[in-house]
Amino acid sequence: MSEETTEETTRATTEAASAAAELRRRAQELLAAHPPLETDQLDFLKARFDAGLAWVHYPEGLGGLGAPRALQAVVDAELEAAGAPDNDPRRIGIGLGMAAPTVLRFGTEEQKQRFLRPLWVGEEVWCQLFSEPGAGSDLAALGTRAVREGEDWIVNGQKVWTSSAHLARWAILIARTDPDVPKHAGITYFICDMTDPGVEVRPLRQITGEAEFNEVFLTNVRIPDAHRLGEIGDGWRVAQTTLMNERVSIGGMRIPREGGMIGPISKTWRERPELRTHDLHQRLLKLWVEAEVARLSGERLRQQLVAGQPGHEGSGMKLAFARLNQEISGLEVELRGEEGLLYDDWTMRRPELVDFTGRDAGYRYLRSKGNSIEGGTSEVLLNIVAERVLGLPAEPRTDKDVAWKDLAR
Amino acid sequence: MTDLLYSEEEEALRAVVRDLLTDHCDAASVIARTESDAPHDLSLWKSLAEGIGLAGLLVPEAQGGQGATHREVAVVLEELGRAVAPVPYLTSAVVATEALLACDADDLLAELASGRRIGVLAVSLSVAPGGSYKAVRHENGSLHGELTGIADAAAADVLLVPGEDGGLYAVDAGAVSVVPQVSLDLTRPLATVVLDGASARRIGDAEPAVRRALRAGAGLLASEQLGVADWTLTETVRYLKERKQFNRPVGGFQALKHRLAQLWLEVVSLRAAARNAADALATGEDTDVAVAVAQAYAASVAVHAAEEAVQLHGGIGMTWEHPAHLYLKRAKADSIAYGTAGAHREALAELVDLQAL
Repeated sequence: MSEETTEETTRATTEAASAAAELRRRAQELLAAHPPLETDQLDFLKARFDAGLAWVHYPEGLGGLGAPRALQAVVDAELEAAGAPDNDPRRIGIGLGMAAPTVLRFGTEEQKQRFLRPLWVGEEVWCQLFSEPGAGSDLAALGTRAVREGEDWIVNGQKVWTSSAHLARWAILIARTDPDVPKHAGITYFICDMTDPGVEVRPLRQITGEAEFNEVFLTNVRIPDAHRLGEIGDGWRVAQTTLMNERVSIGGMRIPREGGMIGPISKTWRERPELRTHDLHQRLLKLWVEAEVARLSGERLRQQLVAGQPGHEGSGMKLAFARLNQEISGLEVELRGEEGLLYDDWTMRRPELVDFTGRDAGYRYLRSKGNSIEGGTSEVLLNIVAERVLGLPAEPRTDKDVAWKDLAR
Repeated sequence: MTDLLYSEEEEALRAVVRDLLTDHCDAASVIARTESDAPHDLSLWKSLAEGIGLAGLLVPEAQGGQGATHREVAVVLEELGRAVAPVPYLTSAVVATEALLACDADDLLAELASGRRIGVLAVSLSVAPGGSYKAVRHENGSLHGELTGIADAAAADVLLVPGEDGGLYAVDAGAVSVVPQVSLDLTRPLATVVLDGASARRIGDAEPAVRRALRAGAGLLASEQLGVADWTLTETVRYLKERKQFNRPVGGFQALKHRLAQLWLEVVSLRAAARNAADALATGEDTDVAVAVAQAYAASVAVHAAEEAVQLHGGIGMTWEHPAHLYLKRAKADSIAYGTAGAHREALAELVDLQAL
């Protein structure tokens, strides 16, 4: 290493250390002014937002300080140690992970000021109105219409697979504003008020018996043009920001051996020798090996990201885990023999989170069927791998230069 | 935590080996050599072993080697697998060398490390680590018996032979008769070794040496299998972008795209398993499980990749002229070498407490 580089490295290290120290100081200042144990939870979160300690990489005045994203951990650790409340990020995941980055990137100053603070403190829950019964893998074919009327847009259509819709105050929505141009060009991105009388939310019951998701019917919903995000007709590009952030927020965790779906079945195998057969043993060992290899692949991907050499392996991990979850849980039902004929509970419920380990094998088997559909079907992911990783020719497109209104449906 | 990546030095080593193989190990001459009197490419071996000094990677510098680790050896094996190179690297520089590292034979170790002599462990290629193997009779300082399925014996200068008395013996190749067996894998031929009063020198105990040698062989074989799978996938993808039928590149048909994408996923998974095994052999942590997992997984991937290469190349993949068959034969033979996937799964059942009935 040359002397100059050493000096630069040292300077960078010193700067990072002093930035971290500054953030710690600000966190202590916040704690002193609003002692967590004596402060209302919401008031504390609001004060934290106003101090720029909500998401330090956001701009000043919007809950951040324009600091490096990596330094958020410093703040979180400092506040957690003092027993400060957090904003229950899992409850407001769509707002934090998808709506907020899109508002930040494409929103007007007014929109940023209006929406980001209540979003972050959890006062206002967000949901996402993207998928439709007629637009799943082919999301850009969506048919929900938004028609301009004075300063407003009138929206009609149906959305589906909307988690948190029954809890949400706001939604990010994409709708068709111009049916006379090819499908990607005629979409506009809006912020939709979920309390509008034209919004009807119905639980969507799944094969597990419960309803994690909703159908959302939009009938003459009125959205002011001031709640448009980005330009008219630019909604597809805006949505890419939303979806890209969805992908960034997935992954990156280190999993121990037997940490996934293979854990419960291995435990059952060890504790219940009366269930064992030769056939089940062979199949279990094969899946155990595949689960361990998938875990190592995930770990290798994580190491690549940490080393700053992002690989393509991420595209494959979802494929691998979807198949393994399904095969392992299927074997687990079979292993249980007569008990496998039973199911823990078909009662219609509205769980806030998917809990793979808290319920029986039958639930795991049924719920994991969704793993190869949600967030991109395995078939579409295979196309993506073939085209973007292996460089094979793209699927023939018959929809590119055709106006949306003339597409087959 | 296990390091599953390649270091800069490892990538540099890869580049050197690949350059050499590109220049001196083209498919046409490998195919031609398989039916000649000299199935092993000893001039290529000399360049690799003595020229670059790869034969001694696992041997400490004090004992005449390079003092590297299994991680570097794994990278060399990936490249040798990609080229189905007919050199006794896995057998001499890994398996026989590991056996010698468990014995007291520094002279032989230094000779193998320098690449001047080729050593082969006289245990059938199909034996898994911990599996039973055949030994020969030791009588008045000489050995008597016949051993089959000995890989690369035809190229060996010295054989390491297990005796029935529990010893491991070094025998000069000139003192035995080596009879080639017609082998499925044309680039790693087997032979029968007949010992008819061959004079032998006891160098240590057979059991720990053989066990150690076969474990390293099995663990690092996964990297060779990765090389085989990686080459066949890459070559098949390249060919399918070029080959046109029905006025389109064949690689544009979704049925084939999905098959290739699945195969790619298997290959990247094998890369993680193979790196994990190489790293575990280097550090000595969790080695038995890492080796068994890699070997329980690798065979199906390498065989699948080679079988897809034959099928997706269509008629040309079925010809003697096209190298796909060399990879298919290597992949299939590798699926038996140092224990089948099934044997390694059985070993795992014990190791991770998932016992049978």
